[in-house]
Amino acid sequence: MTDITRLTAAEIADRLAAQEISSVEATQAHLDRIAAVDGDVHAFLHVDAEGALAAAREADERRARGDHVGALTGVPIAVKDVVATQGQPTTAGSRMLEGWVPPYDATLVTRLRAAGMPILGKTNMDEFAMGSSTEHSAYGPSHNPWDLERTPGGSGGGSSAAVAAFEAPLAIGTDTGGSIRQPAAVTGTVGAKPTYGGVSRYGLIALASSLDQAGPCTRSVLDAALLHEVIGGHDPMDSTSIEAPVPPVVEAARRADVTGMRIGIVKEISGEGFQPGVQRRFEESVQLLVDRGAEVVEVSCPTFSQGLAAYYLILPSEASSNLAKFDAMRYGLRVGPQGVESPSAEQVMAASRDAGFGDEVKRRIILGTYALSSGYYDAYYGQAQKVRTLIARDFAAAFEKADVLVSPTAPTTAFRLGEKIDDPMAMYLNDIATIPANLAGVPGLSLPSGVADEDGLPTGFQVLAPATQDHLMYGVGAALEAALLEKWGGPVLAKAPELTAKETVR
Amino acid sequence: MSTLSRDEVAHVAMLARIQLTDAELDHLAGQLDQIVEFVAGVGEIAADDIPPMSHPLPLTNVTRPDEVRPSLTADQALANAPASELQRFEVPRILDED
Amino acid sequence: MSVTTADAVLPYDEALATYDPVMGLEVHVELGTATKMFCGCSTTFGADPNTQTCPVCLGLPGALPVVNATAVESAVRIGLALNCQIAQWCRFARKNYFYPDMPKNFQTSQYDEPIAFEGYLDVDLDDGSTFRVEIERAHMEEDTGKSLHVGGSTGRIHGAEYSLVDYNRAGIPLIEIVTKPILGAGERAPEVARAYVSALRDLLKALDVSDVKMEQGSMRCDANVSLKPRGAEKLGTRTETKNVNSLRSVERAVRYEICRHAAVLNGGGSILQETRHWHEDTGATTSGRPKSDADDYRYFPEPDLVPVAPAHELVERLRGTLPEPPAERRKRLQAAWGYSDLEMRDVMNAGAVGIIEETVAAGASPAAARKWWTGELARRANAEGKSVSDFNVTPAYVAELDGLVGSGRLNDSMARQVLDGVIAGEGSPTAVADARGLELVQDDGALEAAVDQVIAANPDVAQKVRDGKVQAVGALIGQVMKAMKGQADAGKARELLLQRLT
Repeated sequence: MTDITRLTAAEIADRLAAQEISSVEATQAHLDRIAAVDGDVHAFLHVDAEGALAAAREADERRARGDHVGALTGVPIAVKDVVATQGQPTTAGSRMLEGWVPPYDATLVTRLRAAGMPILGKTNMDEFAMGSSTEHSAYGPSHNPWDLERTPGGSGGGSSAAVAAFEAPLAIGTDTGGSIRQPAAVTGTVGAKPTYGGVSRYGLIALASSLDQAGPCTRSVLDAALLHEVIGGHDPMDSTSIEAPVPPVVEAARRADVTGMRIGIVKEISGEGFQPGVQRRFEESVQLLVDRGAEVVEVSCPTFSQGLAAYYLILPSEASSNLAKFDAMRYGLRVGPQGVESPSAEQVMAASRDAGFGDEVKRRIILGTYALSSGYYDAYYGQAQKVRTLIARDFAAAFEKADVLVSPTAPTTAFRLGEKIDDPMAMYLNDIATIPANLAGVPGLSLPSGVADEDGLPTGFQVLAPATQDHLMYGVGAALEAALLEKWGGPVLAKAPELTAKETVR
Repeated sequence: MSTLSRDEVAHVAMLARIQLTDAELDHLAGQLDQIVEFVAGVGEIAADDIPPMSHPLPLTNVTRPDEVRPSLTADQALANAPASELQRFEVPRILDED
Repeated sequence: MSVTTADAVLPYDEALATYDPVMGLEVHVELGTATKMFCGCSTTFGADPNTQTCPVCLGLPGALPVVNATAVESAVRIGLALNCQIAQWCRFARKNYFYPDMPKNFQTSQYDEPIAFEGYLDVDLDDGSTFRVEIERAHMEEDTGKSLHVGGSTGRIHGAEYSLVDYNRAGIPLIEIVTKPILGAGERAPEVARAYVSALRDLLKALDVSDVKMEQGSMRCDANVSLKPRGAEKLGTRTETKNVNSLRSVERAVRYEICRHAAVLNGGGSILQETRHWHEDTGATTSGRPKSDADDYRYFPEPDLVPVAPAHELVERLRGTLPEPPAERRKRLQAAWGYSDLEMRDVMNAGAVGIIEETVAAGASPAAARKWWTGELARRANAEGKSVSDFNVTPAYVAELDGLVGSGRLNDSMARQVLDGVIAGEGSPTAVADARGLELVQDDGALEAAVDQVIAANPDVAQKVRDGKVQAVGALIGQVMKAMKGQADAGKARELLLQRLT
């Protein structure tokens, strides 16, 4: 019998529909895989075997009764720990929220449950989604299944590692500056950030409200589209949610057609500064799209070079305010200051926030507080919002010339754990190609383009589409994926080393 | 030249209600100075007449009808409280009136 | 700490001889919407602690706000009623500061883009003149939770060991209405402050957007006061006296701060820019929190909400729902009813304008309507510690009662008996009069017989009247009425008595 964990979500769904396997079997297979390899990978912060199996049984019963089922009913999924799940701890990778159990579900979780998708557990992440490696998790880093000494990217490294290590066929990520796409690139998986407002933010522990967007982490473009369709669509609980149907993403992924499409290469986010192996796989991928009937144009987005600076003002500013609620008064860690008898609320807040937040969170809160403070607002936050307008205008001009834009997803393959942990600027530079999409609110997708010759590690290819035209990136992604599969004779993850199963004590 | 002094970092940290230790201040101040110097680069682009963009999408007037929805129970609301008494959140003494 | 020795104050007249007071009034009004500003939790006053909260108003991680449409409409109506311009496009902003009763540690408010701005309110003063208070802005925001301070001696914040927070109030919609600096009120500044808050309260009540109960905190006033030497241009340093929660306190607090500022300035000192707390019991303010770094609120546009852009059609539709401005209405009704200034003021103080209007509309004469509501009914309500609205007496019943008196069926004393029955729930005035058999005797023969009998029985009194002491007839009238068991027209009895004795 085939190993269920090696199947894509669409393949599992087909077998569930044909009643060849049950959801309980599919869920148990993944729980077994988690038990076997997660000691090494550390993709999960919390595994809910009981809840997942209960949901799987319910999904099987639904199917047995002949009730209406969706495309992914019964397919298990992992959820990034930044998403509120009623009854399951939600920590956002922070000591501050250790043991916090939300009394409510995020809208996207409500939709997963309604779709009958068992939730395997919560995945590791950089604390409050600040980072590009999961090394800023308060609970220890996740490891890249391709090389356990390397990071699986971040902030959603737990979700990408879980999918790459076959611990889950699907996972939910969130992307504020690349936290879905960059981990996908460095783990040889697929990650999609929908148009801002495409998936409800209700129940996502906010990092930067105007940039955050949840999306799918998968091993195929079709799987990403299928999951996108489940979680996407208007939500009256999120004022910034788009009131329109989900774009035809599944249809586009199935059609996988780029005939006559204009593919724009963004000069500013490829070439110089990108690792040679990453750049080479990118150029080959572009050629494959041309072979399939696409037309290539070069476009220039001159203000993208300012994007990183603008991003590292807007994000910390919004985050400094969003994270103010963690004050030890209503929930979360409460500690008193050392050596102070009968401390005041003010002192307890300041001591708890020092004890509960890690260095990166403190850096960004302080930076954001500074950027918003009186006398600096115009020069920093105000100016960054203007640069944001210019970046959106660059996109608009580029989309006049091209239907989609493409670039390598990340400048390098996965870096070593510890390599950049205390060099924040070096860490920030990882996001250079992914950040512009968040600033402008446009959708972006990363899919594997191969492995770099120099290190044998996976490389990512990014497709960006105009706002609300998410289906275009799925169409292009699926076309490239088909061409690559044909060329390689199998998925890129087949090239990853086998993880050795071992008994782990969790 | 330093754009952000150690004292300023300490001041801003208190504005953000984070009681940094001296060791943390030493560690973070240098890094923050470097980061501020980098992000100050946004000032190099001429954007005086450019409108600021605070929302990725041009939505307006998103409202909900004035209809009551179920609240949490007091038990649910207080379930994660570090301390509670008389069905209220117990917080340490408050120094100043707002 | 607020426990300090009393501040020096200068007598009011002396203060005003040297200085011009300048005021700025900030009034917070809780809207009477069914739900909170950004979530669907109920706003009902007095619920059990923390039973009207949800992830949004508790500031739980992940929750997001959505604006209450009715709150926006109320804000626009308030703006229009204050003669403001309504923003074509405005945003919410976050006001960032840490405080335990504020779940998110920022207040979602409006900063440089209020929904309404540049208006005015004309305020009637006691001497009958009108003072125009310019309105700078009215903006939308949310209320905070409520703290209970435990330990220490007084239950006050200082000296408490810890506090207990109830977030039911957190997120209730507030409209903050801010005046421009009020200049030129001179010695009438405290009165202007009270009259302004009073006029604002009437206006908001007429708009039916809030229950405006200052004692319950649904309307709260912060009073900024500064002094400048008479004739000077430059404004002095101001203090902000927080949460002054009755009309009388507004007047007293402003007056107190004028006297205190004057004493400081005369003593060569300078005013510290700070918040002050008003103490009803001592009639004084005490020092609160000085302006500090903590006031760096780091405002920025609220990224979880989208802009509010009231359409022209909506604004015009809402303009059509505005009630007549209270001041204009008052003038119109006074003229129509023919009340004197004093009578009108009594009616207003009794809060009876609306009910008299309804009673007149139901057919009563304005004089009778006033007499019943501010006289007999008010007296009964007072005596029983109730409000006239607690009686099951409607304007229509009062008009009916007035009709029964006017037609001669009842005299005043009988009308009062009928009222007893109406209040007791025996039905309409006519029904009560029928059931109790109350009706003036229309048979002149019986009355004439009674008159003759009383004259015969009281020869001494009758002689006094014959001798010209007309006032002595009162005693005879009483006797006649007694003989008639009250069911006679006293006026007619008097007429007949005088006919026979003069």
